Amino acid sequence: MAKKLPSTDVVVVGLGWAGSIIANELADEGLKIIGFERGPWRDTAADFNVASAADELRYNRRQDLMLRTRQNTTTIRNSVTETALPMRSWGSFHPGNGTGGAGNHWAGITFRFQPHEFRLHSYLTERYGKELSPELTLQDWGTDWEEMEPFYTKFDRLAGVSGKAGNIKGVIQEGGNTFEGARSEEYPNPPTEQTYAPVLFAEAAKNLGYKPFPVPSALVSRPYVNSLGVAMGPCTYCGFCTNYGCANYSKASAITTVLPVLIRKPNFTAMTNCEVLRVTMDSSGKRATGIVYMDSNGEEWEQPADLVVISAFIFENVRLMLLSGVGQPYDPVTNTGTTGRNYAYQTANSVRMFFDDKNFNPFIGGGAIGMGIDEFNNDNFDHSGLGFVGGGSTRVTPIGAAPIDSRPLPPGAPAWGSEWKKATVKNYASTMSIGCEASSYATRTNYLSLDPTYKDPHGRPLLRITFDFPENDRKMAAYVTGKVGEIAKSMNPRQMVPSAQTGHWNSSPYQSSHIVGGFIMGADPKNSSVNKYLQVWGVPNLFVVGSSAFPQNPGYNPTGTVAALAFKAADAIRTRYLKRPGEMISV
Amino acid sequence: MTEKSKGLTRRQLLKSSATTLAVGAAATAKAATVVGVPAWVPFDHNGPMHYDTPGWQFFTAAEASAVEAIVARLIPADDLSVSGKDAGCAVFIDRQLAGEYGTFSRLYMQGPFEKGTPMQGDQSELVPRQRYRLGLAGLEGYCQKQYQKSFSALAPEEQDKVLTGLDKGEIALDGIDAKLFFQQVLGNTMEGFFADPVYGGNRDMVSWKMIGFPGARYDYREYIGLHNQKLNLVPLSISGSSAWTKKG
Ligand SMILES: Cc1cc2nc3c(=O)[nH]c(=O)nc-3n(C[C@H](O)[C@H](O)[C@H](O)COP(=O)(O)OP(=O)(O)OC[C@H]3O[C@@H](n4cnc5c(N)ncnc54)[C@H](O)[C@@H]3O)c2cc1C
Ligand code: SF4
Repeated sequence: MAKKLPSTDVVVVGLGWAGSIIANELADEGLKIIGFERGPWRDTAADFNVASAADELRYNRRQDLMLRTRQNTTTIRNSVTETALPMRSWGSFHPGNGTGGAGNHWAGITFRFQPHEFRLHSYLTERYGKELSPELTLQDWGTDWEEMEPFYTKFDRLAGVSGKAGNIKGVIQEGGNTFEGARSEEYPNPPTEQTYAPVLFAEAAKNLGYKPFPVPSALVSRPYVNSLGVAMGPCTYCGFCTNYGCANYSKASAITTVLPVLIRKPNFTAMTNCEVLRVTMDSSGKRATGIVYMDSNGEEWEQPADLVVISAFIFENVRLMLLSGVGQPYDPVTNTGTTGRNYAYQTANSVRMFFDDKNFNPFIGGGAIGMGIDEFNNDNFDHSGLGFVGGGSTRVTPIGAAPIDSRPLPPGAPAWGSEWKKATVKNYASTMSIGCEASSYATRTNYLSLDPTYKDPHGRPLLRITFDFPENDRKMAAYVTGKVGEIAKSMNPRQMVPSAQTGHWNSSPYQSSHIVGGFIMGADPKNSSVNKYLQVWGVPNLFVVGSSAFPQNPGYNPTGTVAALAFKAADAIRTRYLKRPGEMISV
Repeated sequence: MTEKSKGLTRRQLLKSSATTLAVGAAATAKAATVVGVPAWVPFDHNGPMHYDTPGWQFFTAAEASAVEAIVARLIPADDLSVSGKDAGCAVFIDRQLAGEYGTFSRLYMQGPFEKGTPMQGDQSELVPRQRYRLGLAGLEGYCQKQYQKSFSALAPEEQDKVLTGLDKGEIALDGIDAKLFFQQVLGNTMEGFFADPVYGGNRDMVSWKMIGFPGARYDYREYIGLHNQKLNLVPLSISGSSAWTKKG
């Protein structure tokens, strides 16, 4: 039996980007807040020392910052006819653990979604009508660009995003991404510097008539004091960025932007190494009464609260809802229920180029350094007659090239022996790649549920992923990779190797941690789990925040939108919910 | 750092502004005298430890000579570098197996174990220590049967033939899937060759010098604008550079 603790105003579950932002906003309201985090307290000075942060074995290979799969993982299968098996070490994606969450080891590419995304189903139906494949279960978000824009701006200022605007208040800006929605102001920091590969790519793209722009980056390009007064240092392009923590206070994460301020507020307490097991509900099932958590001694405690915010990343957001009996589990056969519905991913494509006469110094870079184009993204091109919808963000981002993992070889090269060594030396510095991180659209058969067999260390079911790339997305992948190939060809490599995601989802190679859906937002409780304020339908004092709310995934990285939604939910709680606590927010 | 081993109580886990300040004060009060190179403890806040203690920590002498022979063929000595053996790859693997990696203590290893589809990844119930113990015993059995010799006593061409057979799955080993064993050894050998030398392999940063990787450097602001040119940066290890400790 869990021992009951004195009640508090708010509990926040998970102290990554989403949880830290909400907790900080609500702390300013004077509420008494307890934040729970299953992992340790992380801090740049103690955890990411400049002398030892550059350790590929520890951080990249042994996944030191990631959640240990022993503690919690997911089971995986491509279709309902297969038996799901556990992901025993992280492959396809890299979930985080500890304060800052995956935001400590993320890459930092910080896009905003485009205005049409928030009403995607309506928009595509208006434009393509019957051509839209019945395979897809696309939906509108129940919100719109005008509502989202102020919160994107709040996040840009918090994270010190470095970039070049393409559209300020409707006026197109030279050098920026002209496909973006009208923003209210320029980025807080100028673009980062660039290595050779993205510059070469941008030249080639320009020659073909495209409009290259610097990839928007949460690795700050210059010393910056953020909107909460926290100082960040300029990125040094160390190349130990994606999958590593930053030792320079340059990569925006909750630990470098929010938590230093939040932890000093007297009405906030963080409970680390405490895993939340479930949300407790009253007998009506219409009110959350708090949470139950387990401390690191294995003891269970009940923490009552008036308001419960779940921000534990998509997998645990959905699993906690299923384990707590919130909402009806989705059933793909009857097409009923909403918890677990519209699970989607990101469709990763690339074209690799081998050169003889170039030196890219690939070890210089960072997760969000680079140049991109958006001509083949989302609905930025006419899809009439193409047989698919969606597209991807095309870009060259030199993330660094620590050599255990980064040793590009042309197909057919041996994997060991003297010939392997020759090929390794020849290609290490003279290879580059153009990526196309593309949309992933929801279908009826891709979903999340509880696994019938595999259990976590507390004996509770793991979350089960049933996912494969839909026909629509495979066609899209082939098309955009072909377009990227045209740019690559114009750069005259010795050899180019396209890789389009046209096969099954393989759980082993890393693709991205851009996992979405399962507890989606919308205007109708019949086909969504939360309203546009991330408030759970039918449980007014419970908010579930994260990429779990995305009804599908466009061809952009998710975190700018996750953070904007966190600010949006916090704003709704402050300005609307607290006026009439315990009620659904009606407008 | 395992969460449980520290034996923290719930009270100690409370982090508020007050406790943070208290921790800070205690930390500054704990003065220490440091002589020579400070000892690092891996996976506990900062820094990897030094692996230069003599002897084998996991392998038996016979296993060690087999592994040394394997890594010397996977990464043979030639005009580009010394061999995997001389680069310390076998020592690296031994230390990794002796440590927590050897038991997959971070990983989900609960059954039932099923083979699964190729899309479902590595589903073997064997942890690295078992993979090596079984694989090396299987290899010894195979070589004795085929050549009446241990792997390490074979001629290099014969060794390559055996390794190729394992790689392609043309040779079967008793006790373990040959391909699984081969991939495990190849993966760890490459880790040892290219990881920071503090883990026992990549001696003298040999692989980094070979490909032109400058190692654990953390500031390229001066170099990022120098496009398409060789920078000739001397590599640095986490434990520094021999140049730092030169006398006079
Ligand atoms: C390698 C990598 C690269 C990435 N690159 C990019 C990029 O370039 N651009 C981009 O937009 N996005 C990127 N992402 C994605 C980005 O990291 C996530 O979108 C973002 O971190 C999500 O924030 P969050 O707060 O929702 O979740 P998280 O950061 O995962 O935080 C959730 C927190 O909740 C805690 N938690 C979970 N369950 C419980 C529980 N039961 N009890 C208590 N605590 C719990 C977790 O430990 C974690 O700290 C990347 C991710 C990875 C891993
Ligand atoms: S590349 Fe920049 S932001 Fe990334 S870890 Fe290095 S210094 Fe930090």
